[in-house]
Amino acid sequence: MIIVRRDICAYCGCCISVCPEGALELIDAYLDVDANTCITCGICVRACPLGALEVKK
Amino acid sequence: MKSTYDMLVIGGGPGGAYAAKTAAEKGLSVLMVEKRPAPGVPVRCAEGVGKELLREFMKPDERWVAAEIERAHLIAPDGFRMELNPEKAGAEVGYVLHRKVFDRELVWQAAAAGADIMVKTRACSPVMENGVVKGALLEYNGTVTEVKADLTIAADGVESKFSRWCGVNTTVPLREMETCAQYLMTGIDIDPHATEFFTGNDVAPGGYVWIFPKGEKTANVGIGIGGDRGGKPGIRPKDYLDRFVQKHFPNGKTIELIAGGVSICRPLESTVADGLMIVGDAARVSDPITGGGIYAALYTGKTAADVGADAVAKGDVSKKNLMKYDETWRASYLGKALDRNYQIKEVFVKLNDDDLNAIIHSVAKMNMSEFNTLNLVKNIITANPKVALKLGKAGLKSLIDSF
Repeated sequence: MIIVRRDICAYCGCCISVCPEGALELIDAYLDVDANTCITCGICVRACPLGALEVKK
Repeated sequence: MKSTYDMLVIGGGPGGAYAAKTAAEKGLSVLMVEKRPAPGVPVRCAEGVGKELLREFMKPDERWVAAEIERAHLIAPDGFRMELNPEKAGAEVGYVLHRKVFDRELVWQAAAAGADIMVKTRACSPVMENGVVKGALLEYNGTVTEVKADLTIAADGVESKFSRWCGVNTTVPLREMETCAQYLMTGIDIDPHATEFFTGNDVAPGGYVWIFPKGEKTANVGIGIGGDRGGKPGIRPKDYLDRFVQKHFPNGKTIELIAGGVSICRPLESTVADGLMIVGDAARVSDPITGGGIYAALYTGKTAADVGADAVAKGDVSKKNLMKYDETWRASYLGKALDRNYQIKEVFVKLNDDDLNAIIHSVAKMNMSEFNTLNLVKNIITANPKVALKLGKAGLKSLIDSF
C-alpha cells in the first residue's frame, strides 16, 4: 500500500490525477488513500514533488 | 444553503468563482462549494498572468497585483541569456498576482452577485439519475447533505475527482504532469519587472525554473520538471530547486513553501456530459508550455456559465446542448493556443541541452521585427542543421503548422 509521510506532504494534490485507479483524494488538508482501490503501482510516488509518498509492499 | 439550485459549482478557485459570479449575474440560483476553509490558500501557483488576458475579466487592482512585468529573460543551459521584450517579440507581458487576495476577491464578487458560498465543504459524490448529473452529496461539519442542481460545474482543480466519479476519464499521464516546488523568497537581488526562465536538463529536466518577482527583492522562485523525471531522492523538484537557490540566492530567505502539479497534456476529450460542465485545471486547459492556467480558468468558467445559463433557461442540460461550451472554447484564442503550444511542447521535450543552446543562441540573433515561425524554422535549419535533423520533418512541420 501507499504510505503518506504527513511530515513531508504539503497536500498539493499533484499525485491525485496521475493515479490510474482514482485511489487518492485530497480532502481539505490531508491526502486520503483508498487501500481497497490502490494497486501499489507507485506512479503517485514518482509524481510527488517532495518525496512524501512511499510504497510499502 | 437551500436543497435545490439552478447551478452547483464545485471548487472556489478562479474558474469556479468566475462561473458562479457570471451565472448569479444572469439570475440563476447558484451554490459554490470550496473544500478548503479559505479560498486561495494554500497557494499552488507561480501567480503569473498575461496583462491583456486578465483585463478581459478584471480591472487590475493594487491589492492583488504584486508586480508588473515588462520583459522576460530566457536562460539557455549554457548560461546564455536572451531577452524577450514586447517591442521586439510581441511577447506577452504580465502581472504577478497575490493569489491569496485575488482568489478571495473573485469569491467576494460571486457572493456579491448573489451566489451562495459554502467553505470547508466537500462534494463527496455526484447525484446521478439515469446517467445525468443532478447535483452532489456535500459533506460539511460532519454531516452529508444532498443538494440538487439542474447543472453542475466541476471546477475542482488539478486534483479533480468529481468528473471522474461522473464517468469522465481525467487521468493525466505521468510524463504530462509537471511536478513543481516553489519558494516565496525575499532578500534576493532580482529585476523586479522581469521574469526569468532557466532551461536545461541539469536545471529542470522536462521543465524550467522560474523567477517571478513579487516586488523589490522578493519573488516566487520555483521549478517544474516532467513527472517521469523525478521520483527518487536527489532528483525531485525540491532537490533541484534547493540546488538552484543555493547557487543563485544563497543568502535569500524562504518565507513560504509551495508544492503543486500542473497538467501539460491535451485538454479532456470532452468537457461536458449530461448535466455537467468541466472548467479550468479540472478540464486540463493549463498551458502545455508555460503551465499557466489563470486565464484559462477564468475564460472557461465564464463561457461555461454563459452556455449553462441558457441551457438551464431552456430546460435542456443534455450533453448535446452543453456542447456549445466545448466547441466555443476550443475555437477561441485559448483553444488554439493550447493546441499550438501542445505541439511545440512535444517537440521541445525531446531536445537535449546542446539543441536548446543552439536554438536559443540562433533565435537571439534573429531580427525580432521579422519574427515568425517560418523565419524561426528557416533560422533553425540554416544555423543548426543538426537540430533540424533531430526535429525531423514532422517536428519542423508541427512547428510551422502550429502558428
